[in-house]
Parts: sequence; C-alpha cells; structure tokens
Amino acid sequence: MDELPIQSGDDVVRVRQQVRTAAAENGLSLVDQTKLVTAASELARNTLVHGGGGRARIEVVKSANGRAGVKLHFADEGPGIADIGLALTDGWTSGNGLGLGLSGARRLVDEFELDSKPGTGTTVMVVKWSR
Amino acid sequence: MEQVPIVKIGQTLFVSIQIDLQDDTVVRLQEDLADELSRTGASGVIIDITAVEIVDSFIGRMLTMIGSISRLFDAETVIVGMRPAVAITLTELGLSLSGVRTALNAEKGLEILNGKS
Amino acid sequence: MDVGGTGTRMADYLRDQREKVVSRWSELVVAGVRGRTSLDEVRREVGDLYTLIIRVLSDADDHAAGELRAVLDELSRARARNGFTPSETALGMFSLKEAVYELVADTTDMVPEFLTFSRMIDDLGLRTFEAYSAAREQIISDQATTMLELSTPVVRLWEGIIAVPLVGTLDSARTQLVMEKLLDELVATGADHAVIDITGVSTVDTEVAQHLLKTVSAARLLGAECTISGIRPQVAQTIVSLGIEFGDIATKATLADALALALRQAGLKVVPA
Repeated sequence: MDELPIQSGDDVVRVRQQVRTAAAENGLSLVDQTKLVTAASELARNTLVHGGGGRARIEVVKSANGRAGVKLHFADEGPGIADIGLALTDGWTSGNGLGLGLSGARRLVDEFELDSKPGTGTTVMVVKWSR
Repeated sequence: MEQVPIVKIGQTLFVSIQIDLQDDTVVRLQEDLADELSRTGASGVIIDITAVEIVDSFIGRMLTMIGSISRLFDAETVIVGMRPAVAITLTELGLSLSGVRTALNAEKGLEILNGKS
Repeated sequence: MDVGGTGTRMADYLRDQREKVVSRWSELVVAGVRGRTSLDEVRREVGDLYTLIIRVLSDADDHAAGELRAVLDELSRARARNGFTPSETALGMFSLKEAVYELVADTTDMVPEFLTFSRMIDDLGLRTFEAYSAAREQIISDQATTMLELSTPVVRLWEGIIAVPLVGTLDSARTQLVMEKLLDELVATGADHAVIDITGVSTVDTEVAQHLLKTVSAARLLGAECTISGIRPQVAQTIVSLGIEFGDIATKATLADALALALRQAGLKVVPA
C-alpha cells in the first residue's frame, strides 16, 4: 500500500504514474488502465484544487473469485461537499466554473464511494477490477 | 513547470505534446498559442497528442477552449493522434470535444486545414 | 466457529475413531462420484480435511478455521472445473456426517456433541456449494469473453473504409469490445470512414442506440466519419417511436448504400469497365 501526498501539480502527475504502474502490474487491460488513471487524475485534482491538498493511497485487492484489482483512496480536510447528490449529477460545476469531475470519475470505475461533510473534508474510494 | 514548444510551418502552428501534462502546463500552452496566433496570423493549429496517455475532463476542456480561442483569430484547430484508449475514456466521460476537428495524424490534419481554404 | 466444550469432546471422539470414520467417509464419497475419483485419492483428500476439522472443533489454534476454509474452497473449485455436479461436490462434506452418524447412532450420550458437529458440517457443505458456484460463474464468464472476441470482426471494405458487422445483442460489454477493435483498426489502416452495420442486431432500443452513439463518438475522436447501416423497416419504426435521435450521423438501409455514400464522400466514383 502506497500513500502519496497531493500538494502540487507535480504530485498529481506522480499519482497518475503510480496508479498506471499498479494497474499495469495487476492485469488491467490498456483501456481499463487508462480509465483508472483518468479517474485518479480527476480525483487527485479535486483533492488539490477543492480540498486544499490531501493524500492518495493505492492498494492492490483481490475479489471473491480471485481476480486482482486496484483500489484508490483519496482524502482531504477541505471544505467538503454540501450537496453530494448534486455533485454527482452529470455536468454539475462548482463556483469557479470547473466541474468536479466526480460523476465522470464514477463512470470510469467499477466501485465508487464518496464521503463528505461540510467542514470535515472529503474521502473518495474507487476500485477497478481486472477482467 | 514545463513549456510545450510551438513551431510555425507555413500558415500552421504545430504543437506536439510529449510530456505528462500538468494543469498549469496546459493553461500556459493556451496562453502561448493565443500569443502566437495573434503575433503570426497563422490560420491553422495542429495539436499532436500521439504521446499523450491521459486526457481527463480538465485537459479535454482546455483543448476545446483552445479551439474556441483559435476561432477568434480565424484559425482552425485539429487535434491529431488521439490514442484509442484515450478516445474510449473521453467518450465514457461524455466529452466529445465539439468545436475542434480531429484526425488520425498530422498529415491528415493538414489535409483538413488546407481543404478548408 | 466457536464450539466450546461439546466441540472438544467431539474432536476427541473423532481422533479416537479416525480409521473407521475416514474409511467409511471415503467409501461414501467414492460411491457418490460414481468412481470418477480413485479411493486412494479420496482418502488423501478427506484425510487432510479430517485433521483440519478436528483442529477446528478442539479450538486448538487460530489458523485452523482459515486453513479449512481455504482447502475446501480449492477442492470445490477443482470439482467445478472438472465437471462434477454441485451435489457431488457438497456430498463430499455431508457424507462425513453420515459416516459419523452411523457410529454414534446407537449411543445416547453423544447427542449434544453430534448436534454441534452436524451444524458445523452443514455450514461447510453450504460453503462448498458457494465456492463451486463462484468457480462455475468464472468459467462461464471466460467463455462468454471468448465468444465475444470471435464474433466481432472488423473488415476493410475499400481503401480508407472499414466496416463492423454487428450480430446479436449489443450490450455494454460488447460495445466496449467493438469500440476497441474499431478504433485499433482505424489506426492500423488509416481509414477515415467506418460503417457500423446493424442488420444482425436483434433489438434496437434506447440502450442500444446509446451504445451506437458512444461508438460513433469515439471513432470521430480519431477523425473518422461514421455511417450506420442495416436499418430494417421495423427497426426504423421502433427508433422513431422511442424518440431516438441519431443527430448528424448518417444512416442507411443497407451496407451497400453506406459503401456508396462513403465512396462519394471520399471523392470516388464507380464506373463501368
């Protein structure tokens, strides 16, 4: 399990690269790797831009029938999301005009969990399985 | 922060992205292109993303914006060399990059730019 | 599996009666699988299980339960792969109960111990069923993937024009595969026109239409223009009544019409020789 800080643009790039490595090493197809890394990019950016910085964790997991998967965990102590339902709607944008990319990231992965409360920060967990 | 070089050949500005794109790099590229278009009066922009492995919603939007900015300078933008995996992911994200043309490679991109005039 | 005092007493009993029980257990299993496994092989398998079961019952260590589960799961998966039925697989466990019952049937002082034991075996039997099912599903899923691969060809119609004849259903798994193959072929051939023929697609509903639109969208990102061909009359009516819009995507009745359109767009003309 790797934990990576997300405090700068460089960190976001590093997260992408590590996720790519983990996905490739665990049997995800090229398209699935790309989807997972793209989702990671969205979520890492959110953590940096909207969460004021945070961290990411990459974990290799195994499903009930023995398939490998990559689990990503993003956390920040930022302002949190007031209306999660709204944030997960396609095309929703925050105040500065840039979409949170949450709904997009959700479409790219197999499992998606979001936990956020105004004032206590946000955590997002996603999993993509090899086929 | 890295800077993506812009090369002018004839009436076209060529941009070849070879690095892992950071947000500020893309924003910088947008600014540089606007400068170059204004300075040179080029009528076409070709952005080669053959080496780009990830295009997320931010970068996708920036590419669309580059298209819009170019049009303000009466120039057309063609994005070339998108990888299949990237295209499939963008489609899943719901991004169609409307407002920019696309082509398989720079050669075809040029055909589009020359065809239009 | 917290079994307490009754568990320990049962463990002792099983230890004493090992030879008798393992023999009888093996006999029952071999009879149950109708000779597809040899007696020696079965004795080996059940011998290992027997030892683990005693360990779990006597609560001797923390690892026994985990080990037992792992061994059972692997055994069940192997049975699934080798074509045994779910019953034959579960029987492996339930016949242990049978073997022990034959020994304690005449005594009255082992009732609470046997009940605890019986419950444990029931759980294990169910577990083998679960593991078996999961393994069968994996096999089916793998076969489905292979079939999918084989039934999605991409053909070159002409210089710069490729076609994907779709046959059967178009679900999201199939769509992913179609998109990948289509796009890879576009890159490989440098084609700028793709024809997606849906003559063989049994049902065209809103979901299928969305999949088609996604595929066209992806191909366009690679600079290719797309035509959807094979719109049958009933399909056309369904599409309209469902309110599906294909927007600016050209649609044609037949693959031939689509080819003609693509040739025209490429600036080519077919003339008599």
